[in-house]
Amino acid sequence: MDYTLSVLVENHPGVLAQISGLLSGRGFNIRSIAAGETEESTVTRIIMAVEGDDRVIDQVKKQLDRLIDVIRITDLTRVPSVDRELALVKVSSTLSRRAEVFQIVDVFRAKIVDISHKSLTVEVTGVTEKVEALIEMLKPFGIKEIVRTGRISIARGEVVPEKGGENRTS
Amino acid sequence: MRMPGAKMVVEALKHEGVEVVFGYPGGTIMPFFDFIHREDIRMILTRHEQGAVHAADGYARATGRVGVCVATSGPGATNLVTGIATANMDSIPIVAITGQVPVDMIGNDAFQEADIIGISRPITKHSYLVRDVADIPRIMKEAFHIARTGRPGPVLVDLPKDVSVATGDFRYPEHVDIRGYNPVVSGNPQAIEEAMDLVRSAKRPLIYAGGGVITAEASGELTAFARKAGIPVTLTLMGLGAFPGTDPLFLGMLGMHGTVAANQAACECDLMIAIGARFDDRATGRLSQFAPKAKVVHIDIDPASISKNVVVDIPIVGDAREILRQMLKSAEPLPIDSWREKLMATKRDNPLTYRKDCAVIKPQYVVEKIYELTGGEAIITTEVGQNQMWAAHYFRYDRPRTFLSSGGLGTMGYGFPAAIGAQVAFPDRVVFDIAGDGSIQMKIQELATAVLNELPVNIAILNNGFLGMVRQWQELFFDKAYAFSCLEQRLSCPRHCNNPGNECPPYVPDFVRLAEAYGAKGIRVEHPEDVGEAIREAIGSPKTVILDFLVAREENVFPMVPAGAGINEIMIG
Repeated sequence: MDYTLSVLVENHPGVLAQISGLLSGRGFNIRSIAAGETEESTVTRIIMAVEGDDRVIDQVKKQLDRLIDVIRITDLTRVPSVDRELALVKVSSTLSRRAEVFQIVDVFRAKIVDISHKSLTVEVTGVTEKVEALIEMLKPFGIKEIVRTGRISIARGEVVPEKGGENRTS
Repeated sequence: MRMPGAKMVVEALKHEGVEVVFGYPGGTIMPFFDFIHREDIRMILTRHEQGAVHAADGYARATGRVGVCVATSGPGATNLVTGIATANMDSIPIVAITGQVPVDMIGNDAFQEADIIGISRPITKHSYLVRDVADIPRIMKEAFHIARTGRPGPVLVDLPKDVSVATGDFRYPEHVDIRGYNPVVSGNPQAIEEAMDLVRSAKRPLIYAGGGVITAEASGELTAFARKAGIPVTLTLMGLGAFPGTDPLFLGMLGMHGTVAANQAACECDLMIAIGARFDDRATGRLSQFAPKAKVVHIDIDPASISKNVVVDIPIVGDAREILRQMLKSAEPLPIDSWREKLMATKRDNPLTYRKDCAVIKPQYVVEKIYELTGGEAIITTEVGQNQMWAAHYFRYDRPRTFLSSGGLGTMGYGFPAAIGAQVAFPDRVVFDIAGDGSIQMKIQELATAVLNELPVNIAILNNGFLGMVRQWQELFFDKAYAFSCLEQRLSCPRHCNNPGNECPPYVPDFVRLAEAYGAKGIRVEHPEDVGEAIREAIGSPKTVILDFLVAREENVFPMVPAGAGINEIMIG
């Protein structure tokens, strides 16, 4: 199963290396990881999609929590949240098949953001399943390159649910 | 007050009450050495940086204070790595200060540059690369705070040369404010209450305690609790000394080389109270046979240790001393006489023992004699392997911080520098490094450190001419093929030999002459009847002493549970 963790960390150099090193060193499986600044400049938010079961994720949270630079971990897996991923997909497209691509892009409410004689670049935003569905649809045309951001998530409503915060320590 | 960065670091050490630093100078760290040279802080120059970090570790384990070591950039820093990892695995508070190339040269493959922050990240509790001289007071304050609080561990401070010569204002902060770091101290009262309910209804309770009890200075509370309730106690290797080794309730160490009584208790108990122990594989054996019928209460300062290997029924996160104090309040004698008597009978019928020999020195006998002749008052450090297990078996530790051993990482070469650190902390106490002839050679150069600093450390080498534990495994699990475990094997020896005897070539080095070459005292002991006298002579000598005990070459450590087997599948020997 895929879990989504939202991790607030100090915006220090090396903190991303520290987190990815910890996860790989302890044998955890990361699907995607996305980091960016937050409303506060000293804080970075890292959203990671982690594969495992409840026990594995419990360890992931606890081990992350041991890091001094980790401020807070929120588990968004089972709380209502808005999940998004952005992908840029470069598709081969000759003049004759362009219309078909445009149609598919339209259905997915995606956008064409670049165009040349032999290719199109599609920008799509949405939940991971949607992104993957579009990619699937574009495959027959010949995909030249895919760039994905990895999933980012935010809890719905006003309250930010905290998890893993009750056991903070060492 | 304005001062250079290197002086700030020294001032910070003074504020932290540091009385001794172990280290080795070099290019980028020279400004630090220049300032510490002028201060009233003792500086012990080791002969290798690994010696410095192990000595700081030994000092920390013996005293409970933060150990400090210093090295230069590049190779100086990388030589610390094994020692930092050793401290990290055993949760020992250390602040390691390394020099670094100037900030604008970092990443350029400069002379003696190594990314020690990157290298040490998985083996430190935390680390700092100091980029601005103004940050030094805060960073030093945080480094000591992080090293000693929560689950302690090593913190590395990497100090670029230009930062250490730049000047800034020094004002040492009084408080630490790290938003991501707030260790829980007091345990959840409700969980403590639930744990005590289980204790009251248990028929076969067992306390399984580890090094965390020593770290938390909770030995007194543990002892009082166990005695009040009458619960038998087993300890991990790291826990030895946390509960008196001579107490009738003590079953001995558990695990791979645990006693029959301790391992049986761990198998049969219906309540396991784990305190400051982390269910390490060397303690538990195959997990399915470890306390299979038991409810488990786990007291630990580190939430990540809880339910990592064994799923726990009642976790209590917090300081072991605080929690045991709470538990002690409602503890009452338990009606578990039959369980206790059964274990006492097992203990009586299966003591740690070995076949005595009047012609050849048995290594166990040497440890027994050290115990006897020091009245159990010595600080014992160990190397790793058979020597470590015999030191754990045949010396009974009644007090915490008297058994210093690399438990988690299992670092050969740890014991001697750790003994130096302990002796620096306690100049008047008797300190023995119980060593193997293999391990001691990993850090033998620190003889110079011990001799020049007039440290009367005693090194008892249990010299069997083998990497003994490797040889034991080869005998038991590899068809007695002694592949590269014989330290006497020369070019002229047959490639395959499992038959050590009188025709074997002489041992290299001659430890007695080596001791003398360093200005230490060397005593070779070849006969059992001379063991006691030699130990007495070493204890009475103001010099650093090497005791070279030529012991039975193929003696094995028993009891033994094969790796991966259940804890009740014990080989007695």
